[in-house]
Formats: sequence, C-alpha cells, structure tokens
Amino acid sequence: MVSLTHYLTLGAILLCLGVAGIFLNRKNIIILLMSIELMLLAANMNFIAFSRFLGNPDGQVFVFFILTVAAAEVAIGLAILIVLFRNRSSINVADLDDLKG
Amino acid sequence: MNLQDLQIVAPELIVLIMACSLLMLDLFLSPQRRGILHLVSILTMALAAIITLRGHPALEATGTVMAFADTVIRDGMGDLLKVFAYLTMILVFVYSRHYLKQFNMYRGEFYSLAMFALLGAMVLISAANLITVYMGLELMALSLYAMVALKRDDRRSSEAAMKYFILGSMASGFLLYGMSMVYGATGSLQISEISIAAAEQGSDNMILVFGLIFMVVAMAFKFGLVPFHMWVPDLYEGAPAPVVLFISSMPKLAAFAMAIRLLQDGLSSLHHDWQGMLIVVAVLSIVLGNLAALAQQNIKRMLAYSTISHMGFVMLGLLSGTAAGFGASMFYVITYALMSAGAFGVVIFMSSKGVEAENLSDYRGMNQRNPWFAAMFAAFMLSMAGIPVFVGFFAKWLVIQAVVDAGLIWLALLAVVFSVIGGYYYLRVIKIMYFDKAKDETPIQVPSDFRAVLSVNALLMLVLGIFSAPLIAACMAVF
Repeated sequence: MVSLTHYLTLGAILLCLGVAGIFLNRKNIIILLMSIELMLLAANMNFIAFSRFLGNPDGQVFVFFILTVAAAEVAIGLAILIVLFRNRSSINVADLDDLKG
Repeated sequence: MNLQDLQIVAPELIVLIMACSLLMLDLFLSPQRRGILHLVSILTMALAAIITLRGHPALEATGTVMAFADTVIRDGMGDLLKVFAYLTMILVFVYSRHYLKQFNMYRGEFYSLAMFALLGAMVLISAANLITVYMGLELMALSLYAMVALKRDDRRSSEAAMKYFILGSMASGFLLYGMSMVYGATGSLQISEISIAAAEQGSDNMILVFGLIFMVVAMAFKFGLVPFHMWVPDLYEGAPAPVVLFISSMPKLAAFAMAIRLLQDGLSSLHHDWQGMLIVVAVLSIVLGNLAALAQQNIKRMLAYSTISHMGFVMLGLLSGTAAGFGASMFYVITYALMSAGAFGVVIFMSSKGVEAENLSDYRGMNQRNPWFAAMFAAFMLSMAGIPVFVGFFAKWLVIQAVVDAGLIWLALLAVVFSVIGGYYYLRVIKIMYFDKAKDETPIQVPSDFRAVLSVNALLMLVLGIFSAPLIAACMAVF
C-alpha cells in the first residue's frame, strides 16, 4: 500500500531536484525552465496526494489551474529566451553577466 | 455565478473589458493616433475608481461581501488599495508616454499589459481562496515579465527579463508548495476555513508550519526582501524606466494585500511563528538595503536598494500583528507607491532621446537646468529619507510606533539608526543636483501634462505629510 508519506516524499524529492537544478546549473537556460516545471509538478503531486487522502476534491481543481498557468508561464519564458538569444546569440547562464547582481 | 456576483466584481470587470478592448483597438489605430490608447487607459482608471468608490450596498452593512462561491472578497482594505492602484496607474501612464515615444516603444502592448497586470493585482487584492491568490499573482507576474522584455533589441533589458522570470517563477513554485502543505494540514483552500482549522491545530502541526515557511519565502521574493532580493537591483537597472516605475509602485500594493490575506486572514493563529521570520527578513532588508544603496553610482540601482529597505519597513508594521501595525504598513506602502512613482517619473524626465539618465553624474547641476524640477526631485528624496513634514516621515514613524507597541524596542532603534544612515544617499542626490556643475546646461523639455502631474505628485508628498490624518485614519479604519 502506498501511503501519503510516500507521495509527500516524492513531492519533496521533486522540489529539491528543481531547486538544485536552478542553483547548480551553469550551462543552459532551458534547463532552468525544466527545473521550474519540476517545482510546480512537486506542488501538484502534493495537492493530488492530499486531495485523495483527505477525500476533498478542491486540491485536484487547483492542480488544473496550476497546469494551465504553468503552460502560459513556459510560453512567456520561451518568448523571453528567444529575445535573449537574438540579442546575445547565446543561452548560456554564465553569459548573463551584463548586470552585476 | 449570478448578477449579484458580477456587481461585486464590477471594477475588475471594467478593467478586464478595457484591457481586451485596448488590445483590439491597437490593431485599428494608425501610429499617429496612439494617443487614443493613452487617453482610454486613463479614462478607464478614472471609471474604475468611480465604480470602486461607489461601493456596494452590502459593503456598508457588513463591511465585507463575498462572491463566486466565496472565492472573492470585497472589503474596505481591498477597495482602498485598489483606488490607490488606479491612481499610481494614472501616474505611470502619464510619465511613461514621453519615454515610450522617445525609445520607440509607444505601442499598444504597454497599455494592455499594464492593464492585465492591474487586473491580476486586483484579483490578488480581493482573493479569499488560495486558487484566487495564485491566479491573481500569476496574471500580474506574467504581464510584468513580458513588460520587462518589451525593449526587444536591448541586451540588458532581455537579461533582466530572464532573471526576473526565473526567480519569479521559482517564487511561485515555493508559494504553491507551501499552499499544498497548508491545504494538506487544514483540508481547505478557503482562507476563512484555513483560519479556523489553523486556530485549532496551532503551531504543533509541523506540516502547517512547513507550509507557512514556504509561503513566507515566496512572499519575501515577491516583495524583494533580503535574502531573496537578488533580482531587484538587476531588474531596476536593466528594465526600461517606465516598466521599473510600474514595478516599483503598483505591485507593492498587491504584495501587501497578499501578505495580509495569507498571514493575517489565513494564519493569524501562527502569528508567533511568522513574526520571527518577518523580523529576520525585515532586519536584513533594512540593514543591507541601506548599506548597499550607499555604494551605488547608478541611480536606478540606488533606488532598487532603497526599495528593498522600504519594503523592510513595511514588514515592521506587518510583523507587529496588531490592527494599528497593519494600518501603519498600509499607509507606508500606499505612500511609498506614490513616492516611488514620482522619483522614477523624474528619472524618465531626465532621460532624453536615446540616453537613459542612469548615473548619478547625469543629475549634476539639475538646479541650473530646471530649478522647479530639481525642487520636485528633492521633495521625493526628502520624503523617502523620512525628513519631517514630508509624508515619508509619518509613514516611518507609524511603523516604528507599531514595533514599539509590540515590545520590540531593539528593532525600533535599529530601524531609526538605519533610516538615518539611509538619509545620506538621498541627501547626496540633492547635493549633486544643487552644488555640482552641470555638464551641459540645456534646459530639459517635457510635455506639459507630464510637468503638471509630476508637480501635483511632488506637492502631494508635502500635503499628505502636513494633512496626514485623513489617510492614516482611512488606513487604520479598514483593519
């Protein structure tokens, strides 16, 4: 029997992978977009697991909203990526150094 | 959904309809007649303000009214914040036009994206359910990402957009993860039900506290508080000045509302837990924001660090957890939005054809070039520094008083010391304007509507300072 804890652990692992992907990745911005997607999926996993075990459908409704917004978000992200590539001919994270944040 | 619900969200509906109409209208207008878009946007704001101020019959009776199966709430706090959001939008539109024309960005996208961002902020301000909070936040954030990238052929602008996008999306991820934990612990997405369930469980429930931590982190990201501030200076430096003007004013009102909805309306029983976290971010923001601002030579970066420290001050009122504290924070955030709009208005004012006035040295001898506007800018700087008579002083005074009432004397002392340190870099700008010699003494030309509105905005700093009681009372009354 797969328990709630298993699902939550999976969610936590996905979140950690996402965060690690953002902070450790020095190569490619597309990988950053994938990592962000992974973080959202971690939240989705939690919502569905809680929703199933609480017997309350609200969480699953929220997941539909998150999936829709995530699609819009990635569309904007890729659009910005294209603008960036046009200006710099590179999508290397290490090349984003004009601004000294 | 019925007619009653639509009546409650009438201001949002107007903004939605007009944002879509602007998008369509832009297709049919020749480039010479884009002034119509500008006019329509400003009229929409005025119309939305009238509808919001007219209120709702149920609002006077009970103070709050819910719509759409209790996912949207309309109350005094929301209405007040929305009215000031419209006001800052008008300032943004008037100040931006000059710059947009000069930098070849005078297109319909700016107006419709700004309207959609406002719509997102309004939904967020009126949110009574975690889904509504998320949807409002994302609508606002997605419009802002696109606006930052609006200057398509600029290297720095696209870099700033990418950084903002990555960090903003990460913050949304954290927020959702926190929300999923809170949902799991309380079994509801409805903020009022979360509040009841959280009061029963208290901070013994680890899942709930875990969720709270993630939500506070996400909120700190959105406010731009240390240690989650990395995007703020880069965004301010790289993005086009009108977009910075926009991001530094209106979304702060929405972020404040989000903090109130989630922390006070939802998890006030965990006040002890979130107070500690807010103290940490507030102290770090005030200290680092003020110290880093001292070292900046770029005025946009300087104002970015100044924003960080101001947001730290906003947290001071929030963390006290009292009605007076929330009112003080709200007064702070409203006046900050107006101050910041004015200060960036001057940055736009100084930017001439093809040249953004970014460095402090560009402001040398501004007094010789245009004495009246040097005085206006001085008023904004003095107000930000918190010099008495100007409104910034009363804002700081109220939040510090709230902190003292909460028994955190050391925090109040720290805030006072660092606002004195912060005074240095604001006064430095004034010194540069008045006592340094200008490189070129050509007078600055801007349209007359820009001049008139900027003058009113600057005088408002003084008038709101001298007659601060009504606005303070209005802010206190809604909590």
